[in-house]
Amino acid sequence: MREIYLDNSATTRVCPEAAQKALEIMTECYGNPSSLHTMGFRAEQELNTARKAVAGALSALPEEITFTSGGTEANNLAIFGGAWARRQHKRIVTTAIEHPSVLACMTQLEKEGWEVVYLRPDHFGRISPQQVEEAITPQTALVSIMAVNNEVGSILPIEAAARVIRRNKARTLLHVDAVQAFGKLPLKPGKIGVDLMTVSAHKIHGPKGAGALYIRKGVHIPARTLGGGQEKGMRSGTEALPAWCAFGAAVQALPSLSQEESAIRTLWKYCREGIAAIPDTVIQSPEDGLPYILNFSCGGVKAETMLHFLEERGIYVSSGSACAKGKASHVLEAMELPKQQALSSIRVSFSRENTLEDAQALVQAVEEGMKTLVRAKN
Amino acid sequence: MQETILIKLGELVLKGLNRKNFEMVLLKSLRRRLMSLGEFEVKSAQSTIYVIPQNEEADLDAAEEKVGKVFGIVSYSRACVVEKDLPAIQKAAAEYLRDELTEASTFKVESKRSDKKFPYTSPEISREVGAYLLEQFPHLSVDVHNPDVEVRVEVRDFGAYVHGNARPGAGGIPVGTGGKAAILISGGIDSPVAAWSIAKRGVELTAIHFASPPYTSQRAEEKVVRLLEKVSEYSGRMEMITVPFTHIQKEILAKCPEELFTIIMRRFMMRTAERIARRKGCEALITGESLGQVASQTMQAIACTDAVVQMPVFRPLIGTDKAEIVATSYKIGTYDISIEPYEDCCTVFTPKHPRTRPILHIVESAESALDVEGLIEECMQNVWYTRIGWNRKKEE
Repeated sequence: MREIYLDNSATTRVCPEAAQKALEIMTECYGNPSSLHTMGFRAEQELNTARKAVAGALSALPEEITFTSGGTEANNLAIFGGAWARRQHKRIVTTAIEHPSVLACMTQLEKEGWEVVYLRPDHFGRISPQQVEEAITPQTALVSIMAVNNEVGSILPIEAAARVIRRNKARTLLHVDAVQAFGKLPLKPGKIGVDLMTVSAHKIHGPKGAGALYIRKGVHIPARTLGGGQEKGMRSGTEALPAWCAFGAAVQALPSLSQEESAIRTLWKYCREGIAAIPDTVIQSPEDGLPYILNFSCGGVKAETMLHFLEERGIYVSSGSACAKGKASHVLEAMELPKQQALSSIRVSFSRENTLEDAQALVQAVEEGMKTLVRAKN
Repeated sequence: MQETILIKLGELVLKGLNRKNFEMVLLKSLRRRLMSLGEFEVKSAQSTIYVIPQNEEADLDAAEEKVGKVFGIVSYSRACVVEKDLPAIQKAAAEYLRDELTEASTFKVESKRSDKKFPYTSPEISREVGAYLLEQFPHLSVDVHNPDVEVRVEVRDFGAYVHGNARPGAGGIPVGTGGKAAILISGGIDSPVAAWSIAKRGVELTAIHFASPPYTSQRAEEKVVRLLEKVSEYSGRMEMITVPFTHIQKEILAKCPEELFTIIMRRFMMRTAERIARRKGCEALITGESLGQVASQTMQAIACTDAVVQMPVFRPLIGTDKAEIVATSYKIGTYDISIEPYEDCCTVFTPKHPRTRPILHIVESAESALDVEGLIEECMQNVWYTRIGWNRKKEE
């Protein structure tokens, strides 16, 4: 059976360039970048190359990139570090649809006495520029907003946030979790006015266990992992060279944005229209969202059931609720969808490896599932 | 210092002429379980089983833990092996039990001499060792009724042994002496406890699990495997048979009244289980039902499910409360796995309002809309097998 992987927002297959690089680093260039000898120097050179690649993709300077173990660590570093750096105003603005690695930090800060404002999305997971503008006051220490929502693909107004901070002439720090947008939308944090930006390798055909935090030049936040002072003291611990260099290689292997976007948009449009035409389904992704993610509800068929049904046909997707029994994801909950609809939510997410055939197989299988699977009773 | 594990048998000693047989089964099962932990000699003599490590690599700590989970053992102790010589015994008692005696405030010495050639009688040994220990640990006093530490000295044919308080064993009777039965296991809290309870009475297990792909996931089945692995630490290895049940469930849903769905499904499960059980040489079915817990576990519902099977159906939990079942599942280590939230086949199609007091002839006439034989035949052809707790040694 042909394998049709449509869960690319969960993780992607590592591209050959990145896998090759990781192997090369592990077996040949295995020195410690801190070592003074040639082996160490060569390892350091490799790391510099990777750093330049990631920086280049963000139109940033290499010294603005701090490598981490992934998106979660980068988000933790940015939020706790950012909050501490601006602690005179104990107010944070974020959204109700952030990734758990952001929301869990917020919960912790609330326990420590911070006021956190959560912006609520509309039924398509969108947050309006006006909402952002109204919420960000001059007395706000930190704003943390994701660039693209991971479950429905809505694009959030980070430019509006940057604009209002500039207008306020306040020292508010702006953090953007760009894990789902990196490599898919043009991101220029320095130009927009973003201070901290999180990216991750494994969503763009790089390895798991690698990510980075962009820290704008001139912005100082305290480190959370102390030790040997690697990554300019922002993240101590021997550099995870195989993962980080493979991250760099994956970034270099990214095709041009516009080229990939139009190919992906074709798949997205095909699925969107095909699934919308099936009776009882509801498209939950916004029309103006990122075309890599399509979220829909299978009207009463439990998400988990549809997921396994598709799996039996070689199609791998994601359900709106990972495993929490009878509980929809916090994103769908914040979107205030009817409960039954939310519990039937499926997310498909594309990558450059998908073809129109994959999209056709998906639409056909969903249609078949909707005809044969038993629906939950109301 | 050489150590060994001394095992006391439980009810076994009451078994009269069958006792030898019971003992053989127990020895075999001990040997199999200790195989992966190094070289041990396991032998029986003078109504005690000896587990003797043969070299330094044999892991006695791990062996002790395994012994604690073997049914048929009432208590066991880790003992130090000494020369049959009173001063040596005295010295060994003080050294081997130093930690326990230092912490205790009272103790007593209990002795047993089965080697009658040893020059001291049991009371004499106790007195001499007791006096020596009082000298070594002046803070101690003797309490013969309720001591903190009971120092035991056993003078046997092969040597003398000194040990402290015995640890309680798993009780029950050795698995394999009571025949073989099939447990219907779902993944909840109850069925692993039911399996454990029956295994405790010497019964070898075979597990039958009903799966409903795509309504249930691979993870739900893998969860059952992990549950059975826990149970198998006590019951020994077993085979699990997974029965694909979706088609039957869909047929029931389509052709029978909704409120009878659960009871008719249970009847299909029992019929299928009985056939598999016969094929596998089992003589009874085991379920985790507890009276009145859910709709299918009322007296009337049980009467309706039992009407389709000839084999005895054991329900060891029938008179227990949920809290008691939970307590046992904690003890045997299945609770944390049981509460993982995966759909099992019982919950997927459950009607909102199932009939709690189904009447047999109504159920039977509702069922007549189905091709019972055909459906069971079909799912019997598609079962698959998983081995639980086999070849541990190779894996490790």
